[in-house]
Amino acid sequence: MTPPPGSLLAAENLRKTFGPTVALDGAHFSIHPGEVVAVMGPSGSGKSTLLHCLAGIVPPDSGSITYDGRELSGLSDTARSALRRSDFGFVFQFGQLVPELTCVENVALPLRLNGSPRKEAERAALTWMERLEVDDLKGKRPGEVSGGQGQRVAVARALVTGPRVVFADEPTGALDSLNGERVMELLTDAARSTNAAVVLVTHEARVAAYSDREIVVRDGRSRDMERAI
Amino acid sequence: MSIGHTLLGLLESGPRHGYDLKRAFDEKFGHDRPLHYGQVYSTMSRLLKNGLVEVDGIEAGGGPERKRYAITDAGITDVERWLATPEKPEEYLQSTLYTKVVLALLTHRDAADILDTQRSEHLRSMRILTDRKRKGDLADQLICDHALFHLEADLRWLELTAARLDKLRAAVTR
Repeated sequence: MTPPPGSLLAAENLRKTFGPTVALDGAHFSIHPGEVVAVMGPSGSGKSTLLHCLAGIVPPDSGSITYDGRELSGLSDTARSALRRSDFGFVFQFGQLVPELTCVENVALPLRLNGSPRKEAERAALTWMERLEVDDLKGKRPGEVSGGQGQRVAVARALVTGPRVVFADEPTGALDSLNGERVMELLTDAARSTNAAVVLVTHEARVAAYSDREIVVRDGRSRDMERAI
Repeated sequence: MSIGHTLLGLLESGPRHGYDLKRAFDEKFGHDRPLHYGQVYSTMSRLLKNGLVEVDGIEAGGGPERKRYAITDAGITDVERWLATPEKPEEYLQSTLYTKVVLALLTHRDAADILDTQRSEHLRSMRILTDRKRKGDLADQLICDHALFHLEADLRWLELTAARLDKLRAAVTR
């Protein structure tokens, strides 16, 4: 099956089981550059599995995932890892920052892993920290900053490589309303300004309201609400 | 919202003409629904009749006479009582959404489809409010937040109902 025209990342008929549990049972997805798509659904519906498959973290049992015209399953593990580092950014519910590194070192880490010299990487990291309004935390370690600040540092880290797709899995799940709102404003503003697509997994409607459209996952099957109407 | 009490409250800071009252109301509370002049003058006539405001002066100009209204002691007491009385929480027990879901189940239609479509419509409204909030001032943010939390409550109900559809089907078709 061919992906929808103009889509950057698309999945068709994905199926994934974990033992006897069917996580995905014919899920579809597509996203365009610069678009924010919310993936919604109850706990256990398969939305995080869908994100992991789309990001090339977990291979589906069957179905196809196309990124920028290339079939992901056709890539080797090494090539998929390289693609994740160069083209994808990740934000999880808990920032998953490296506790031993300072905030600026955390943000610079993806660039360092891609081979950038330290000074250059930290300069770019600081630019993103300014945009996310956390540049004053550059010398602090993750344990010394609040949940909201840590999550903004994590967003800066996700964006520092200039990814074409940002995967955000419940990015505000551990934050209060005000902090969650600010993180979503900064994340979507930053992504839109760089034309990055955002796959936003959330069960919170107020978070999904920052998206351009939503798909609903239920019992491993997806429904694209825009196209259904 | 009680327009009468709101106009009375606005008069507490000093006498105003009907036009000034409308402008102050629209600026602070009328975001989506500005007052009509007719509403202002009919409300002021009622407040005048009930002794809650008095005419503080009349200006004759080129157009119609302009009355300036002042709040009376009885008016101040009335505003105080209104502010101190809690609003009755609305429980929405006769929810249209509930009726639609049950009717769909009774007539063997796809109730999940109705819930999904409704969720999408709610999210559409929430996107508009979120956008307005991002661009607006603090007053806009608070007003939009109030609406957003109510829509979110509906959405939580939609989710829960979607998860309970099988049980509900069994209960209503028994």
